[in-house]
Amino acid sequence: MIRTSNLSKKYSDKQVLKIENLDIPKGQSFGLVGNNGAGKTTYFSLLLDLIQPTTGHINNNNVVVHDSEDWKPFTSAFIDETFLIGYLTPEEYFYFIGELRGQNKADVDNLIAQFEDFFHGEILGQKKYLRDLSKGNQKKAGIVAALIGNPEVIILDEPFANLDPTTQIRLKGIIKDLAEKQGVTVLVSSHDLLHVTDVCERIVVLEKGEVVKDLATNAATLKELEAHFSGSEMV
Amino acid sequence: MRLKHFFSLEWKSFFRSASFKMNLALKIFMLMGALMMAVSFLSLGLGSYYIIEEVLEKDPLEVVNRFLVFYIIIDLVIRYFLQNMPIINIRPLLYLPIKKGKVINFALNKTVISFFNIVHAFFFIPFSIILVKEGHPFVNVLGWHLAIMGLMFCNNFINVFVNNKDVIFYGILGSIIALIGLTYYEIFDITTYTISIFKAFYNSPYLAIVTIVLAIVLYKVAFNYFRKHFYLDAGLAKKSVTAQTEDMTWLNRFGSISTFLKNDIKLIKRNKRSKTTLMLSFLFLFYGLLFFTGSVEAYDGPFWRVFAGIFVTGGFLFSFGQFVPSWDSAYYPLMMSQNIKYKEYISSKWYLIVIATIVSTILASFYLYFGWQAYAAVLVGGIYNVGVNAHIVLWGGAYIKTPIDLTSNKKAFGDKKSFNMKTLLLTIPKMVLPMILYAIGHFAVGELFGFALVAIAGLAGLLFRDKVFNIIEKIYKSEKYKTLKAYKQTN
Repeated sequence: MIRTSNLSKKYSDKQVLKIENLDIPKGQSFGLVGNNGAGKTTYFSLLLDLIQPTTGHINNNNVVVHDSEDWKPFTSAFIDETFLIGYLTPEEYFYFIGELRGQNKADVDNLIAQFEDFFHGEILGQKKYLRDLSKGNQKKAGIVAALIGNPEVIILDEPFANLDPTTQIRLKGIIKDLAEKQGVTVLVSSHDLLHVTDVCERIVVLEKGEVVKDLATNAATLKELEAHFSGSEMV
Repeated sequence: MRLKHFFSLEWKSFFRSASFKMNLALKIFMLMGALMMAVSFLSLGLGSYYIIEEVLEKDPLEVVNRFLVFYIIIDLVIRYFLQNMPIINIRPLLYLPIKKGKVINFALNKTVISFFNIVHAFFFIPFSIILVKEGHPFVNVLGWHLAIMGLMFCNNFINVFVNNKDVIFYGILGSIIALIGLTYYEIFDITTYTISIFKAFYNSPYLAIVTIVLAIVLYKVAFNYFRKHFYLDAGLAKKSVTAQTEDMTWLNRFGSISTFLKNDIKLIKRNKRSKTTLMLSFLFLFYGLLFFTGSVEAYDGPFWRVFAGIFVTGGFLFSFGQFVPSWDSAYYPLMMSQNIKYKEYISSKWYLIVIATIVSTILASFYLYFGWQAYAAVLVGGIYNVGVNAHIVLWGGAYIKTPIDLTSNKKAFGDKKSFNMKTLLLTIPKMVLPMILYAIGHFAVGELFGFALVAIAGLAGLLFRDKVFNIIEKIYKSEKYKTLKAYKQTN
């Protein structure tokens, strides 16, 4: 589904990302972990054509991302609060995204009805604009908006940060369900090793912009990751 | 935490702010602007005594006293729009081991040394010196001077309160406009009452103490207010309003662009900055009075009528259109990663501008009172705005990459970054071309033909709509990464 080749990003002389080859097959739940500055958000921004690659390209379902805009209809994302329109209520925001993605009001209502649990009564009908919601609630709204319109690729940057434990657990269920049952390719980045190993079938570790580990998740993965990040590599 | 820590914080916040990192030319430009303000106040202070004496042949002090009330009120209005309140900046200091009183004192004192207080000194100090030189007794002038300075500081602290209370502000603004209007038409002259107050300060200098005490009292009140509300959920909270979900289904008749149109209308309705823009464009409606009443001599040439017509109907066009797409800067990454048809996006803004221009043209019908020429100028101005200027403004906006903070009024009156060669060049077809067209018609055949030429140019412009939209779309695409980067640098 997503093929990355020879991709690199430099700011003046500083290399922030360099990925020779990375293939993410359709329907995979893919986790990206790494310390601050490892290049996770840079990679996601390149995937969304928000910044230009210095070399190489990303191929999303046979569309070269920085050449054509044809990847947009089947790709959605929530990166940060710049994906929210602060002066709309959550409902208005969902309908707006829905209209952009060719969904009518009923479609959107149907979809968000499934997430009543996830919203925990704090999003819908609150008589508040998105800008007045708490960080965690903004995130909930943004994540659900990224699910509108049956996208085939969903990109979520740090989706677990700022969420309360109950919501984190529910979100894990949602992501698993998307990848396993609906064949959606889900890309998630996180600092929380436990959450990614729970959710993702495959985990890639970035360090200073390069892929240093590419693991198929199994029972030992969490231990291995913890060892890697604590600096005592297992033999 | 000593005072010097506060100062070092302020120093850093000033020099390290994103807006400070502009290029040298713009810095010089801004400095020149500030200097020019100071110099013009200074020369006004030096010259007004003699100008009033010679031109109006009246007692200068009398004249100044008469208009002082408007001076002070306008000062308050300008402060409301432009002077920043330091209150929000003290949030991070809340949990540090500093006495609350100290923080509040510092924040309030900081407003005292603001440019908005200092600039008045440039007028009043030289004016007072000249008063003394021209034989007014020193003690009386001193009392008068101190009283006015006291009033300026009163304004300063009143603004601390009024800030963020739109209801109070628009109430004040409304009554001021009414008062000025009543004075102008000599129905009710408030200056006859206020003049005696200012005279009293001169005649009994010790009265100056009243305004100084008033300023100190206002300071204390402000201090107590913030001391009591020095909590994140009280005085330091950003206010939030009850939101109402709106469907606006009546806009669906606009078809595919209705998605954006709905959003744009919400944008305008729900944000402070855009509401200010709307109010500004309303004020533009009255700009033509300067021309058609003949109150400014320089504007008496016939082609100035067209200039006025363009401005009267184009308030919204200029103040809103100039900043498309910056209105959406806060969520530009979202827009750029969604499946957006640029043409629909631009069309929506275009419709907004066109609707606003038509409404302005209808509201401006009262110019009929000044003769058919005035109304014709407004009408053809409106047509030219719809047909030509709406395109050009959107085109120019595509080059402007100033992020807009929708929730604040800062920079609402122009921004140094929006000043660049490309936008400057684009003002020529906006303003100058219709004036030239009119002048050609006016001097070749007559007034009617002049107006007709401008109207024809406007109608012809409509034919190029799609072409211009294509160009704008290309600019949006080619400038996409630069724009995204520029919008990232908030504040």
